[in-house]
Formats: sequence, structure tokens, C-alpha cells
Amino acid sequence: MFDPFFPCVIPPHGTLCCGDSRMNALSALFKQGFAHGVHPAENKERTQELPIQRMPFVDRYVIPLHQNLGAPAKAMVVPGQRVQRGECIAEPGAFVSTALHSPVTGWVRSIGPQRFVDGRFAQAIEITADPYSTQRLAPKPPIDWAALSMDAFIGEIQQAGIVGLGGAAFPAHVKLSLPEGQRIRHLLINGAECEPFLTNDHRLMLERPETLIRGIEIMRQKLGAEEATIGVELNKRDAIEVLQQHLRGDLPIRVVPLRVKYPQGAEKMLIKSIYNKEVPSGLLPRDLEILVNNVGTVVAIADYFDLGMPLIERVVTVSGPGVAYPANLIVPLGTPVREVLRFCGGLKEETREVLMGGPMMGAPIASLDAPMLKGSSGLLAFTAQETARPKETPCIRCGRCVEACPYFLNPSRLARLAKARLFDEMKAYQVMECVECGSCTFSCPSGIPIVQLIRTAKDNLRQGKRRAD
Amino acid sequence: MKHRDPKLLVQPGPLLKQPLTTSMAMRDVLIALAPATLAGIWMFGLGALLVLLASIAGAMLTEWTFLPEDKRRDQLANGSALVTGLLLGLTLPPALPLWMAFLGGTVSIGLGKIIWGGLGYNLFNPALVGRAFLLAAFPVAMTTWSAQTGSTDFFQVAASNLAAPLMHLDYDGVTSATPLGLMKFQQQSTALWDLVIGKTSGCIGETSGLLLILGGLYLAFRRDLDWRIPVSILITVAAFASLLFLIDPDRYPGPLFSVFSGGLLIGAFYMASDPVTSPLTPKGAWIFGIGIGLLVMLIRVFGGFPEGVMYAILLMNAATPLIDRYTQPRVFGKGLKSPQGGHQ
Repeated sequence: MFDPFFPCVIPPHGTLCCGDSRMNALSALFKQGFAHGVHPAENKERTQELPIQRMPFVDRYVIPLHQNLGAPAKAMVVPGQRVQRGECIAEPGAFVSTALHSPVTGWVRSIGPQRFVDGRFAQAIEITADPYSTQRLAPKPPIDWAALSMDAFIGEIQQAGIVGLGGAAFPAHVKLSLPEGQRIRHLLINGAECEPFLTNDHRLMLERPETLIRGIEIMRQKLGAEEATIGVELNKRDAIEVLQQHLRGDLPIRVVPLRVKYPQGAEKMLIKSIYNKEVPSGLLPRDLEILVNNVGTVVAIADYFDLGMPLIERVVTVSGPGVAYPANLIVPLGTPVREVLRFCGGLKEETREVLMGGPMMGAPIASLDAPMLKGSSGLLAFTAQETARPKETPCIRCGRCVEACPYFLNPSRLARLAKARLFDEMKAYQVMECVECGSCTFSCPSGIPIVQLIRTAKDNLRQGKRRAD
Repeated sequence: MKHRDPKLLVQPGPLLKQPLTTSMAMRDVLIALAPATLAGIWMFGLGALLVLLASIAGAMLTEWTFLPEDKRRDQLANGSALVTGLLLGLTLPPALPLWMAFLGGTVSIGLGKIIWGGLGYNLFNPALVGRAFLLAAFPVAMTTWSAQTGSTDFFQVAASNLAAPLMHLDYDGVTSATPLGLMKFQQQSTALWDLVIGKTSGCIGETSGLLLILGGLYLAFRRDLDWRIPVSILITVAAFASLLFLIDPDRYPGPLFSVFSGGLLIGAFYMASDPVTSPLTPKGAWIFGIGIGLLVMLIRVFGGFPEGVMYAILLMNAATPLIDRYTQPRVFGKGLKSPQGGHQ
């Protein structure tokens, strides 16, 4: 669909031009991205055409108090208490901690241990939904974010319970809290969605571009950033086009198409791809005056300031060969995994593994009673065919892991050292720099669980350090 | 409608896996070697086939003997012993007694691989260890080259092929020198086209330059070998040879002769690039390849032997751990100036 009269959006820095995505595709190919990385089969076609659907309310919700990095939230309700949808039920327990809100109108049933994703029990608030409630959010006037001081703005985001929705669930307000005198010049919006199977960010960009742009403007103006860039992998051409259509010429926001490559969405890889800058080891993107946020996070921020809706639901891709009806769903947080899967037609008989998150970095679910969390970007079910692990054979030093590692580590060497438990020598090979993206294990023809060995070594080194301290 | 949950696996990620295994890589090597192997058999007759089979048998039998029982099937199935045996066989003279070829296969796997701890742990290329052993033990048999058989006497097996172990060797067929031997001892060149298509005497699999390059390109395309290694070897040899040729075109052969003669192509594409015994790092691959190229030319030009690919590769194999250690790439984000000044 090439239209010569397609309105051209001139991006602020003039590095890329044209509203035609084919031009962008061309320039992206010649553009320097991050080096190395892998190309897993995308498997996004199952869900990329499916509009986001709202999952109906179920009877019971479980909201674990500890869902993100940092301190757990403190429960502010008692069993038997009536709660409204969107009402705060737990307050941040520390600065690195976020509030929790009730995803439904109903009653607090209990506060106590509930099954968590990994199969262990964790403190959680259990809520029974009121079957007669309309579950309508109490209307709230939009918050005048422009009038808020930066501290108040950050406090609002913490109170809204917003965390990074890309998967790591790092509290959003902590990222926004900058040290005295630190400027942010570039706001980078992560729409790479490099994990196979996942399409939740794709659909969000496609279906809610105005909200996304609105959220970007809120953050950009609050931070005083010169420009904002939305990085989108080229397998989401429709999203790139829709965003470009919605960008007004006067806004310093541009869309940059990116090569499809895993882990393109890793923060430091994305910065390398877009600004061709390497974040020095041990430093944060903000030290380069860049702040990276996922598209889902930005939409959640816009929804909070415009509609008064705290983080009580998120878009989740339910997919994988073990799911009868794949879907992109708005799932109220705290919905048991079992209910989400049931809504999607249940698990197929031959399902062997269910993952929360993407198939590269997601976590396997030990019990279907576990609830959906703020960081659950996907719910993927796999059968024996995908979960079977090849028999491990000796490393033949083929170097595929070396060419896969985006951090230029030597995974082959690290795995060999890890097997010999030479953890200290691994430190000399910079094992602590590993971000555990799993590209090495993915690419290993000998079936060696390299990233797992590295994880163990890192844990050992951290524990050793703690003991020494 | 209550039904039980499926039993869920909880295994660490990533779940996805590239559909690629070691045995597939070995199969690629076999596919890549097939044209040169078939050409070698065609050119040197049934005897060459028997030599190949003897060397493969020696390699696989040794592997089977020394592997623990529970690992035998998997290890033999991944084809690494087969590849080693075949590579050794391809670097043997076609009229070599079969028992020597068998012994070479045994030494390749036994001293070249098993003794180091098996697949992935050996320092030297196993096939070349076997060949070095044979050259040291049977220098005459290893340097007696039979001429190519015509299509008529394909089934004629040389008497030396069938010689009983440790007995005196009779060479009945027409023997002839290899192009490198002719060059070194008689200052006699060979037509380039004959070198390219393999119409010369030499080891079973080393003569046909064209087919070896074809197979090598296939391996590079399948990313089974690090292209930097053959490229750097060939460039170094060609550059070195050009230099000598410019100095004295009467005494020294040109770069194309140097590249296409002897075992350089089979060595560069199939032996030096053996991942187990070559550096892992890209920079290391360049150093390794340039080192091999230099050593090959030094041995060919200044050494006593007409050919030096084997020793060049074995010597650089020994240097591989050291090269790897000193060519680790810069880790992402390391060694940069931090934006606040100061060194990270």
C-alpha cells in the first residue's frame, strides 16, 4: 500500500524520514543496531491480528503483596472489608515499593499465604468479587499533572502502583526519581517486544496510539526531555504506521523501526540500537541522560492521570501450542492463571509447561492457582514437543554462543568454568555482566544449559560476597 | 467438569531452542566433504576407497572400545569419530597399506581425542595427530604417491594397499611426485587447471581444489566453520607467495599454485577450522589463521619437507588456548569512559 501523498512526518532530529515504512525498513537495515543476538522463530502470527479483548470478571482474586523488586506492600485492609474496584488495598512498604489496588469491587476474604508463580506460598490479599456489582470504576477528575511538583508526580505514580510492564516489573517511580541535577534529554519508549509469541505491546500500540502518545507527552514534559523515541521492531509495521499517523508534526516524538532480533528490547541493547551509545557497565541509562520505559508502562501512566485508573489490569498475550484459543486479553491483576486459561478454552491435554512472560526469559508456572501479576506480559502453554530438552553433549567450542551473546561474553568458557565450579575465575571473564537473556542456551547445538550454569555461578558469587561483607 | 491439571514442568528458561545439534554439524561436514571424497575415489580407484574405510573403521572402533558403555551409542551416533576417520583417510596417500590407515584411525581417536577426555577436550586436531604419527612411523609409505588410475583400472587395487602388517612394501603401480614435491625437488611446476580440478597425484582427498572450496563454502554458509580461519590462512599464503614470486619468479611458484597445491585447501577449510582446536574469539581466529599461513609457507619454502600444512595446524593448535586467553573481546559497557569522567 504505497501512497505517494502519504503525509510525511519529519522527525525532530532528521535521522529518519518519511511516513512510508518501507523507507524506514530500508534505513533500519543500514542502521547500526546492537551486535550479536539471536533470531528465534517469532510465532507472533497466532495473536498479532487479534484485537485486545476484556476478560470477564471471575469470583476470586489473589493479590500478592510482593510483586516487584524492593520491599513488599503493606496491607491496608482487613478480612471482611468491602473494597471498591481501584481502591488502594496496600500501601508501599518503602521507597522501592508500590501500592496495590483492588481489581474488583467485592470483599476481602483473607490476608495470608497463597500459591505464588514458583509454587511457593507468599503473603497475598484474597478478594471475593461482588457478583452484583457493575464493576464500574468510580469516575475521577483527571489529575493536573502539569501543576504537580516532580516529587508529587513521582508520589502519584508510586500510589498508582505502576511498575515497568515489560516484564521486569521495576517500580516506575524509582526510575523517574533522578539524583539532584540529573537531566534526561531522551525519553526512549520500548516497543521492541523482542520475545517470541508476545503481542501485547504490539496490540497496545495499534489500538491505543493516542493514549500512548499522551503518556509519552506527560512523561516527556515532566522530565523536560528534548525528544522522545519509540523503538519498534520491523515485524510490527502496522504499529509503526499507525503511530506515525497519530504523531502530530509539532511533537518531538519519532518512531524508529528496528531490526527483528533478540534481545532488542533489553534496555541497553535498545539504547545501542537507537542512539548508538553503550551504557558503561555499572551505570544506568540515566547517566547518558536517557530514560527507557515500556509502552505498556507509558499507557498505564496516561490512564492514571487522565482516568484516575491505577494499575489494576494489564494486557496479556495468552498463546502457545497448548492453548485452545490464543488471545490478547485485558486481565485484571490477581486473576488466577487457571481462570485466564479457562477463558481461552482451557489447556490442551498435551500441555507440559506454562510460562509467565516470554519463552526466552519468562518463568515457568508451578501451579495454575498462581495469580496474574503486574509483570505478567504473557501466559504461554507449551507441549512436550517444545519443552523437550536435547540430550547434553560435550561443548565442541563451535562459538555460536560467543556470536550470540549481546554482551560479548564468552559463554562457552563460562559454562566450562561453571561446571568445574571455578566461580572466581568466572569473575575474571566478567560473568557478573551477564543479563541472562538466554541467547547462549538458545544457540547451543550441544544442548548445554549455559545461562542456567551462569545463573548458578552468579548466585554463588553474590552469596560469597554477602558472607564476606 | 472437574479434570486434573496437567503435570507441569518447572524447568529453567529459555524454553526455546535453536533446532541445531552437534550431530547436525557433523552431518554438514560429511555433506561438505562428499564431493571431494567421491572425486578422490574416482581418481585413485578402489584402493582409495579401501584406505578411507580402513581409517574410518580404525577411528570408530577405537571410539567404541574406549567409551563407557552407556555413552557409546550417543557418541558414535553424533558422527565425530566418523568425521575424524574420514578426514584422516582423505589426507593419506592412495596406495597406503590398509593396516596403516587403520592404525592411523586408531591413533587419531586414541591419542588425538580419547586421552584428552573425549570430544571437545582435545588440544590437537585428532585426524592430524593420526597423520603425524603415520608420517613419523612410516615415512616411506606416507610419501610414496601413486599416479591417478584411469577409469579402466578402477577396480585394480595396488599390491601395497593389501600388504600384510609390518612386511616389506612393493610398489607395483606407477609412482609419481606431488606438485609440491616436483616444485621443491625438481623446480617443476604443474598446470594450474590440473591443480584446480585435481588431476595430480597426492593424498586421496586433497587434490581437487574446486570441490574442496565448494564444500568449504557450504560449511561457511551453514555457519559450521568460522570463515575467518580459512580466509586468513589463504590470504596469508597467497600474500607470502606473491612476495616471493615478485622477488624471484623463477625459483618460487605464484600465489595460485601455493593456494591450490598440497593440502592447503583441505587443511584450511576442514582441519584448521575444526572448532574444538581453533580459537573461539574472532580476533583469535585471525591470529590463528595468519599463524598457520606463515608456518605453511616457512615450512614449504625453507623447511626440508615439500608440504607443511599439517605441522602448521598442529603448532597453531597448541597456541589456541593462549590465543583465546589474550583475545577476549571487550565486554559490552566495559572499558568505557563514564560520562562523568573517570575510567570505568
